[in-house]
Amino acid sequence: MEVNYLSLFKRFFSSQDTIFDYSSLNRNPLSSFDFSTNLQQFLSGRALLFEELSEFHEILEEHIVHGYAGWFQGLSVKNGQYICGRCGNCDKHLFTEFPCSRCSHSCVYCRKCIMMGRVSSCSKLFTWTGPTFQFSRQLNPLAWEGTLSEAQNSASQQAVEAVEQNKELLVWAVCGAGKTEILFHAVEKALQNGKRVCLATPRTDVVLELVPRFRTVFPQTEIAALYGGSDERHLAGQLVISTTHQLFRFQEAFDVLIIDEVDAFPYSADYSLQAASQKSRKKISSRIFLTATPSSLLKSQVKRGKLNSVIIPARFHRKPIPVPQLVWSGSWEKSFRKKKIPPKMQHWISFRLQNSIPFLIFFPAIKTMEQALPLFQKLHNDIAAVHAEDPDRKEKVVSLREGKVPGLLTTTILERGVTIPRLEAAVIGAEELIFTESALVQIAGRVGRKADFPTGDVTFFHYGKTESMLSAVRHIKMMNKQAREKGLVDE
Amino acid sequence: MNNCLYCTYELESSITWYTILKRESREPQFCEECTSRFEIISGARCKVCSRSLYHLEEQFVIDGLCLDCHRWEQNPEWQNVLSKNLSLYTYNEFLQDLIARFKYRGDYILIEGFKKMLLKVSTELNFDIAVPIPLSSERLFERGFNQSEAGLVSMGLKPVHALSRSHSEKQSKKTRQERIHHEQIFLLVDGMDLKGKSVLIFDDIYTTGSTLRHASRILKEAGAEEVSSITLARG
Repeated sequence: MEVNYLSLFKRFFSSQDTIFDYSSLNRNPLSSFDFSTNLQQFLSGRALLFEELSEFHEILEEHIVHGYAGWFQGLSVKNGQYICGRCGNCDKHLFTEFPCSRCSHSCVYCRKCIMMGRVSSCSKLFTWTGPTFQFSRQLNPLAWEGTLSEAQNSASQQAVEAVEQNKELLVWAVCGAGKTEILFHAVEKALQNGKRVCLATPRTDVVLELVPRFRTVFPQTEIAALYGGSDERHLAGQLVISTTHQLFRFQEAFDVLIIDEVDAFPYSADYSLQAASQKSRKKISSRIFLTATPSSLLKSQVKRGKLNSVIIPARFHRKPIPVPQLVWSGSWEKSFRKKKIPPKMQHWISFRLQNSIPFLIFFPAIKTMEQALPLFQKLHNDIAAVHAEDPDRKEKVVSLREGKVPGLLTTTILERGVTIPRLEAAVIGAEELIFTESALVQIAGRVGRKADFPTGDVTFFHYGKTESMLSAVRHIKMMNKQAREKGLVDE
Repeated sequence: MNNCLYCTYELESSITWYTILKRESREPQFCEECTSRFEIISGARCKVCSRSLYHLEEQFVIDGLCLDCHRWEQNPEWQNVLSKNLSLYTYNEFLQDLIARFKYRGDYILIEGFKKMLLKVSTELNFDIAVPIPLSSERLFERGFNQSEAGLVSMGLKPVHALSRSHSEKQSKKTRQERIHHEQIFLLVDGMDLKGKSVLIFDDIYTTGSTLRHASRILKEAGAEEVSSITLARG
């Protein structure tokens, strides 16, 4: 499985070719025809299943006949291997057969992207082949009164430049640097030039958070929010704010592709999502990656001069990032089995409870967290636990913010996107594999985010230091050092 | 395939001489974690529809039947039309997501994960032939397969297409009253003789029991001795 994706990954990073082969695109010669601008707008830059075009079923065929729309096979076979034309999956374990009543044959289908509807041997993916839709040039799209900090400003300028010159850029900004604002001028520039922009992120939560912010600052722009279950799929969207999964439906659509939290799961772990992002952008386009914790691959591309980067080492409030403390706490698993919280941890929590400091405690696994929860509830009844599939996740985070619960136990799901004043954080079992350098840096990044409370404690309780823990501490110290050297922090 | 059919996490498996020598991959199955999220209907069940009687108030249970089945059985027109329904699991949120992925997203292979349970349950029923609930041709094109047929095929049965259907709106968009009182939407396929036969039908969900009873009724009218059913979920 790994091998397949890896070779695929290398293929599209080594050259501009994508794994998606459009040579099979079935298109008729363009003849003069009064085409539907609605279909043009909707299908430009997309490749969709017949079922996804239900509003256009009646007019689809005449557009194909006149050469304004075309199709290619949903699945293709290369070197005896199936390849999904939508998601690029070529892992044979993720293909299976079923007796298809459309073609009355045994049809192979892709299970990788099944949640977006089935792509099978007899499926076709339809795309626009007529004149591409030209989005309007907006004179003054940005309605934003705010100002950028010195550090934000230099990153913003580079992002604008990347958009103008169709270049790639990595914005490496510490947690709390104010990454979103950095994008405003870059998006403004793109819209002024009539370009189509996509802001993609691995997480639906983040899409939902970004959309209202962009709608406020770009009030005249058609913004489409796309995620699993979104009701805005019919919108073309000059600015598309989307989960990385939804990029599967696009093809050579965007002039500017911005990927936020590029190191977050599942994007970082899933090569097909990375292939999809490549497929979704135009051949001549710019791409901006945003992250607080770039992968070693991205870092090495920067080092080798293959990728431009700009680093923002300081938070917008000009205070250094809290450096985590590493505290040995023995075999915490054994303690929990004996129904005891290790004494150092207990002390840490009691202090937070006495001083009413909200806290998050990160666990390596749901199981251990749930076993330990009753022990923590003995310290305070209202301590609760959250994980990825907890339906009350949002409510629990809100009650922590409102002070209705003193603290939460959590899996790594809350490592990103949580901003709570005065929050402090601890990790239990920091030596576990799940706590990578980037996870630990993100966790530390939850603390001291507000200008009113720019400091706070972060403690990694462990049973033996790991390279990840040490790297995380080094990472944060290095950023603070750079920030001091550049005069971006006040102490 | 050694990954869970649903969540795709790797299945924990012990390596034995059998697994090494048997070479071919194992039957598709759900992992322990996913399996633990299915709620088996246990304890007292309605004698007809297998709904759990555990949470029902006393006045809704009559002679071991739930009130709904009692009402059906009181009506001479519907009495004994469906002799027994067995459902594997309670229709909880987890199963709802799984069935949606199977039926609407079209992930056909998920049905294979229920194979063992379906086979086990089917031994409790007496039948000679298996009949799928038909889909309208529009719906069949849309989905690419008939979920009822898929269930029967997974049990190794050869479905007999005794019923056909006129197109109608999706069941799930109707209210309970509309569903129960709608007109017969099934037709007997010409030339079908079911005299003396015991019939098994399969559907993904038993909600009001109306679909299964309408189908059973046609089958009974065509001479079937008795009709029983299996569903994955009891709504």
